[in-house]
Amino acid sequence: MASLWRYVLAGLGLAALLAGILTVVYLTTQHAPQLAGADISRSKTTAHGLFVASFAPEKGVVRQGELHSWLLTLKTVKGASVEGAAITVSGGMPQHRHGLPTSPQATDYLGDGRYRIDGLKFTMSGLWQLHFAISAAAGSDTVIFNVLL
Amino acid sequence: MSWLSRFLVLMAMAVLAGCGKPEFSDAEKKTIASLALNTLPPLKADTTNRFADVPAAAALGSTLFFDQGMSGDGMVSCSTCHKIDRQFQDDLPQAVGVGRTNRRTMPLAGVAHDPWFFWDGRRDSLWAQALTPLENPLEQAGNRAAFAHYIKARFGERYERIFGPLPDLSTVPANASPLGTDAEKAAWSTMTAAQAEDVNRVFANIGKAIAAFERSIAPPQTRFDRFAIDLATGAKPKDDDAFSPEEILGLKLFIGKANCVTCHAGPRFTDNSFHNTGVPPVKDLPPDRGRIDAVRQVEADPFNCFGAFRDGDASACGELRFMVKAGPELIRAYKTPSLRGAATRPPYMHAGQFSSLDEVVAHYSKAPASVEGVSEVHPLQLSDRERAALVAFLKTLAD
Repeated sequence: MASLWRYVLAGLGLAALLAGILTVVYLTTQHAPQLAGADISRSKTTAHGLFVASFAPEKGVVRQGELHSWLLTLKTVKGASVEGAAITVSGGMPQHRHGLPTSPQATDYLGDGRYRIDGLKFTMSGLWQLHFAISAAAGSDTVIFNVLL
Repeated sequence: MSWLSRFLVLMAMAVLAGCGKPEFSDAEKKTIASLALNTLPPLKADTTNRFADVPAAAALGSTLFFDQGMSGDGMVSCSTCHKIDRQFQDDLPQAVGVGRTNRRTMPLAGVAHDPWFFWDGRRDSLWAQALTPLENPLEQAGNRAAFAHYIKARFGERYERIFGPLPDLSTVPANASPLGTDAEKAAWSTMTAAQAEDVNRVFANIGKAIAAFERSIAPPQTRFDRFAIDLATGAKPKDDDAFSPEEILGLKLFIGKANCVTCHAGPRFTDNSFHNTGVPPVKDLPPDRGRIDAVRQVEADPFNCFGAFRDGDASACGELRFMVKAGPELIRAYKTPSLRGAATRPPYMHAGQFSSLDEVVAHYSKAPASVEGVSEVHPLQLSDRERAALVAFLKTLAD
């Protein structure tokens, strides 16, 4: 009788241990795998390989809900600054199927291939997508940056 | 019992105790903290209105806000619809001034944090907003020449102490406006450019005084805010501040499965943006297409940030400069309203379409298609219990 009690207890203990492990695994797993998988690199080669583009907030920090500016830096594959580029910006939040709440524009050329993209506003947290169409002496190309807030 | 069974008993107890899921995950706690009133930044200076933080301007603005003389028929003031004891709104589906309008009166708590004004954002500053009802024939139904004369006659001294000398209005018609009746428009066209500029300047200053007053209207702390602070600091909530299981479920849904926080974000529970959420039009009201039509109106407004009556430089005009001017998502898009205090001010939506929070939550759960344009909302399939929990949570924002 005593040994049966022992086996029941052992079984209960193991079941509880398993439940505990499962809970820990569940609680620590990333709940938004689609966000975790997004490419959020700030520097990449454009779609057809014409330019290397880097995109970063001008003042270093991304601010939610406020108008602020970013810098798009364009280099050729060989590392030369791309000057006189015409840039258009579009984008949105693919998961919420809406566009940008503002119309950001390339407002200034700051030298060394750096273009100020002003008027960006991220009104909510989540994955934002920014599409740049770039036209310069070397040709036209596009690049997409993901920004995760 | 042997050592093994004792060990297993202890282990089982420890693991079972650890199994109780915490009330909120770290991510949820972060979101809840971002909604609390203590994260609302201090009001930014409005450089387009150099009187925005001048106490005498706010005092004059408050007088004008409650003055029924500020209307065509002498019966309507800002406070007729923005009632001070009713969160500065009027509990009506559509505001009634001199006539019945086609929009719900918006409450004013925290309004000075907005980048855009009215449900559709057809004005880009608080002072430009304040001017619009003054000349709307359904609201205060006045005209700017009459307002300039009225200010000179009634508040001349107070005005001049704040804004400087009033212009000579002796040859300005008693009633004239570029937006008024045919007679008022005709009178306006007889005025010289200098006279028009003088009247527009006094008119703009009326808006700047009213805006200075409205900047003082701040949202009060609620039970939710006390709960959020306790949650962030780990303090035990006092008496009524503790949330019931239903309110906790509602909060979890609000920031989770129900996606409310997608738009109702931050300490004011709004993203300050415009969305089509499939809210149906009201029968018998004129066609209303929301943001798409407001874009042209704010661009055409002579009192907008690019206009001659702005103080400071154009660097303050970013919202207007980078405004989205076209696109299908502007069709029937309306501003995300703040949810603070919403539970005690039905009816809801831009034309008072829903009479209770139950109806609002049912609408978002069902997510019907929009009559025009595309709704951004997707069906949620919330249970009766979940819908009731969301309403229970929303009430904590009005306690």
